[in-house]
Amino acid sequence: MSARGPRGASSGGGRLFPLWTGLVAVLVPCLVAGIAATLWWESLLSIREFGLHFWRTSVWDPVAGEFGAFPFIWGTLYSSFLALLLSTPIALGIAIFLSDLSPHRLRQPLIFLTELLAAIPSIVYGLWGIFVLVPLVRSLESATPAWLRGMPFFAGPPLGVGLLAASLVLAVMMIPYTASVAREILKAVPSTQREGAYALGATRWEAIRMALFYGRTGIIGAIMLGLGRALGETMAVTMLIGNNPKASLSLFAPQYTMAAVIANEFTEAADELYLNALVEIGLVLFLITVLINALSRLLIWRVGSERRARAPRPVPATAT
Amino acid sequence: MSWNQTRRKAVSGLVVGFCAASVVLALIPLGFILTYVIRNGLPALSLGFFTQMPKPVGEPGGGMANAIAGTLILVGLAALVAVPIGIISGIYVSEYRRTRLASAVRFSADILNGVPSIVIGLFAYTAAVLPFRRFSALAGGLALGIMMIPIIVRTTEELLNLVPGALRDGALALGASRARAVFTVILPAALPGILTGVLVALARIAGETAPLLFTAFNNRFWSTRLDQPIASLTVQVYTYAISPYDDWHRQAWAGATVLIGAILLFSLLARATTRRLERMHRT
Repeated sequence: MSARGPRGASSGGGRLFPLWTGLVAVLVPCLVAGIAATLWWESLLSIREFGLHFWRTSVWDPVAGEFGAFPFIWGTLYSSFLALLLSTPIALGIAIFLSDLSPHRLRQPLIFLTELLAAIPSIVYGLWGIFVLVPLVRSLESATPAWLRGMPFFAGPPLGVGLLAASLVLAVMMIPYTASVAREILKAVPSTQREGAYALGATRWEAIRMALFYGRTGIIGAIMLGLGRALGETMAVTMLIGNNPKASLSLFAPQYTMAAVIANEFTEAADELYLNALVEIGLVLFLITVLINALSRLLIWRVGSERRARAPRPVPATAT
Repeated sequence: MSWNQTRRKAVSGLVVGFCAASVVLALIPLGFILTYVIRNGLPALSLGFFTQMPKPVGEPGGGMANAIAGTLILVGLAALVAVPIGIISGIYVSEYRRTRLASAVRFSADILNGVPSIVIGLFAYTAAVLPFRRFSALAGGLALGIMMIPIIVRTTEELLNLVPGALRDGALALGASRARAVFTVILPAALPGILTGVLVALARIAGETAPLLFTAFNNRFWSTRLDQPIASLTVQVYTYAISPYDDWHRQAWAGATVLIGAILLFSLLARATTRRLERMHRT
């Protein structure tokens, strides 16, 4: 580590090297800023016209020039949080199993398989959802007893497409992200934590609980990372949620999300205001996901840097 | 054994059981999706799928030759955008890892990685479609390239960090400049891994649909012109999937099979390479 500073070796063309590589690297932060600026610029018309009203009203009528985005933000948040609720226990279970419980031989193949879930394209999830999941959800909805159907959560005809189908697919798509980060966090917890717990007579779960508690900020970060993915997911949700701009509590009701409305209507938007309204939805989606991702990264990094501070790696080559 | 101890052991056993069950629970949809796609897609796949143009509704057969070519072109353009920027930024982040710029780059790469693909599409639309008033392959390639950059930055950084410090110290001790040490010693040592990382990123990016919807758009005809709308495998699968025709559904499954096949192939390849590299550097 000794020779690695900004002024490590400055013989010959050494000064130019950090300069030009740095100039290229600076493009990455600039790109993020550029996306924010462009989206803001392209949605000015709609921001000026509607203000905050845009997010509180529910009428989406491009022909009349009325744009209220509440149903989209509602659908995005509702479907993502439902998916979060479904996927978090499973993702944490996977992380615990792969870090603490799995037989050594099974570990690598299982890691590979769970991470394969993240490699399947969104469009394939959507295709599968349309032809396999939607009929399944429909029969589940038809089989719901009448006394449950009276509740607002299960109201409406059994269509199959709707919030429930979208959330189920979202949950599956989120699992690999949360699971892999949570596993890294559990691996980063110093082994003395678990050993101490065992020495005091803890059961397996009690020792794991110690580790979970120790890495809690990172675990929350992992869960938020999954949430960020769900909020911005487009194709699978567009194909399954029913695309109906009407906010509803019902899991069976077809609804709409921010990403889906952009995907569906952007190429058809004829006038400036309509385009600007759609870009404004994109801008807010961008801001929400950036916020959630930034927060989750900070939480995850905190655990990582704590580990480095406590236990310096003896051999650099063993880094993953 | 006291009652309390029995209870604690039972709870522990239950949780361990739940953890094992959740792995199985996650693998069920994976197996379900893979078998379903392949079962529906393989029968619809033929040589014609790769060499023929799409047929109108009602005419059996036909293929996605234009969409496959389009996806290859788009992915190639994306690589042109992302590989130089990604690898050079990765080198900077790994070489000067303690600097403030390095943390800023790392952080914004992670942020960029989390930006929804549809939002990247919006950006590429305003940057490359609006000024020319035309959907184009270039705009699609730009959108995909932006999505690839963060993946390549982080992969390059990780793999450069895997290279033993002794190699670098040796080069510097022999009087090589920093740039020379990087380009003649460190980068070549990590190159196989970086190249596989790039291939995996390409395979993943080939599966993206949302950023192409209003950048590359779609094209029913054979087109390789970069300033014209161009077809892609994913947008074509989407169009076919939401259509009401059985013939088109079969084509959609076939397209999905090709996508999944490519991704599986590259993932397995990457796994083999990284494991080999890790073993090599450990000894």
